[in-house]
Amino acid sequence: MLTAILVIVGIGIVIGLTLGWSAIRFKVEGNPLAEKIDAILPQTQCGQCGFPGCRPYAEAIAKGEADINQCPPGGDEGVKKLADLLGVEPKSLDESHGTPKPKSVAFIDEQTCIGCTLCIQACPVDAIAGAAKQMHTIIAAECTGCELCLPPCPVDCITMVPIAEDLPHWKWKHPVIELKRVA
Amino acid sequence: MSRELFTFKGGVHPSGHKEASNTRPIHPAPLPKTLVIPLRQHIGNPAKPRVSVGERVLKGQMIAAASGAISTAVHASSSGVVTAIDEQPVPHISGLADLCITIKTDGRDEWIPHAPLDYQTMTAADLRLRLRDMGLAGLGGAVFPSAVKLDPGTAQTCPTLIINGGECEPWITCDDVLMRSHADEILQGTAIMRHLLGSSEILIGIEDNKPEALDAMRAAAAKLDFAVEVIAVPACYPGGGAKQMIETLTGKQVPSGKLSTDIGIQVFNVGTAHALARAVHHGEPLISRLVTVTGHVLRPQNFEVLIGTPMHLLITLAGDREGMSGVLMGGPMMGMPMPDLEVPVIKATNCILVKSDALFPPLPRALPCIRCTRCADACPAELQPQELFRFAKAGDFGRAQEYHLFDCIECGCCSYVCPSHIPLVDFYRYAKSEIWAHEKDKQAADLARERHEFRLFRQEREKAEKAEKLAAKAQAKRAELTATPAASGAATPTEADAKKALIAAALARAQAKKAEAAPQNTDNLSPDTQHEIAEIEARRAKILELARQPLESEEKT
Repeated sequence: MLTAILVIVGIGIVIGLTLGWSAIRFKVEGNPLAEKIDAILPQTQCGQCGFPGCRPYAEAIAKGEADINQCPPGGDEGVKKLADLLGVEPKSLDESHGTPKPKSVAFIDEQTCIGCTLCIQACPVDAIAGAAKQMHTIIAAECTGCELCLPPCPVDCITMVPIAEDLPHWKWKHPVIELKRVA
Repeated sequence: MSRELFTFKGGVHPSGHKEASNTRPIHPAPLPKTLVIPLRQHIGNPAKPRVSVGERVLKGQMIAAASGAISTAVHASSSGVVTAIDEQPVPHISGLADLCITIKTDGRDEWIPHAPLDYQTMTAADLRLRLRDMGLAGLGGAVFPSAVKLDPGTAQTCPTLIINGGECEPWITCDDVLMRSHADEILQGTAIMRHLLGSSEILIGIEDNKPEALDAMRAAAAKLDFAVEVIAVPACYPGGGAKQMIETLTGKQVPSGKLSTDIGIQVFNVGTAHALARAVHHGEPLISRLVTVTGHVLRPQNFEVLIGTPMHLLITLAGDREGMSGVLMGGPMMGMPMPDLEVPVIKATNCILVKSDALFPPLPRALPCIRCTRCADACPAELQPQELFRFAKAGDFGRAQEYHLFDCIECGCCSYVCPSHIPLVDFYRYAKSEIWAHEKDKQAADLARERHEFRLFRQEREKAEKAEKLAAKAQAKRAELTATPAASGAATPTEADAKKALIAAALARAQAKKAEAAPQNTDNLSPDTQHEIAEIEARRAKILELARQPLESEEKT
């Protein structure tokens, strides 16, 4: 009897120590789930979800503090992907956070710009080139279309220009198969 | 020929219709009044304009230069004046416009001075650079810049060079008539390719439905000082595809996701070899090509066409007829419907196929896939078209890629045999372009993430740097102040003393500043008045002194 108890207790101690040691040895830095969520988010960094950027929103979703339908740039497709990843039912986009818009880039009217640098400070991806009292301009290739530069501009010289479809960005459409009409 | 030939899997045998256009001699197309020359005619980066509006250009003058590693130049096809550099409709299924240079021709067709290249004394890199500036690109259909393909790379040599005279697609005969009439020049071009690639084995594959072309090429090959094997291959669509031609001639398959050069084989179209010979032996850049105009026209034939000539001009030349139901650029299997006939002929235009309801009856409505797998039997790339269709239709692009969607050469055999008339290739093209778009979006998102993270890091760093700077400044001031009393022999000051001294110094500085800034309006007065003011000030001071005294006494008590 005593031997049996000792053996069980011994095994318990050994397993406990192993588990404790491996918890320290193989500790995962950061939150792998947040990483995966962040990879799905569109990285617009627009803050429409109510968080200061995509990463904080991803962390909030991972902790269960935010819903998956708060990202308008990601659209319904993004919600579906997040639902797939998290194993929950997809829902429609929460309209209170905004509605999806066509992809755009900011454009500075250089005649009106006074060079105040306020938009440069607001840009989350440093996509505006310029300096104090120097004309500013958008680096179109790096602009995410987040619209964060619009409110701080004191002279309203920034407009959002939708990206027009051109040859390099043209996509084949889903073929339409006409169904046989039944009289 | 004793050479053993191999057969690739699949393929179809559509009726050729080649005799419609290959019996008439090559006819040079007349010089049009305006030439519209697109800057994106090849795979890779579009060429960059080198001329300005209003400038006079000569025939063969470079009007746009290659930009980047995979690109090639664009030239004026005739002499004239540049009237516009803007977006014009181009031969693309979307009907979208792209950047073009428009030249109003002056009818003189005046050449820019040009001379043959002595390619044997030039270094390979120099020669390739010259060919890039001559605008050479593959004329078989893919329009890949030839200078890039003529670089054997780190392997130093490319043992096997295949000249592709397959021309398997029905209706098209431009390669056939080129081989019949310009066999010598094609082989001169081949000799230059051999020189650049260091190839030891040169094979010319021609489908056996072109006996005249085979004879002409064999006769020309017999005159050469190096061995060239002209091989008749069985006619089977898509036997003229580069990968299929390689397999037929050598029995080797190009592995998935690799290039033919990885297995030591390079393939060029006969038209490219001809253009290369014109460029090197005559110094002529690529400004014209052979175009088959066939189908529902009165006189189907091949024209020597300047790049930039509008397509409707060629159709009129070949004799347009009533009942035209559409125009394809390319053949019936892989051709692209043209949204507009104003579009110009480009380097990729091998054929203008005019359709009519009699020749190309409209397809019946598509029916559901019955999974008969006839498409899988016909697929020359050994894919599973029915599965690819299922995934593409459902938007499951990941699975489509697992089924090697990108090995699809879009030959159209699957659609050709499909008993349900499903436009299968359209689905594959749709899936491919969606995957590319996703890839682009992902790259943009990664860039945005990286830049955002760097911005956060930069803000943190700037904050830390500012704090450090302030701390260093305060430290320096403190050291300065503590040094002064120490010099005057006082006892070592404590931390509190140092702080007090700092505050005192700051106060003194502020007072000095105030005194400096305070207005002195009494300077310019007479001595009497100044004396009076001094007396008043003295009185004021006395009263202030008196007013303070009782307070001090109160404090003491």
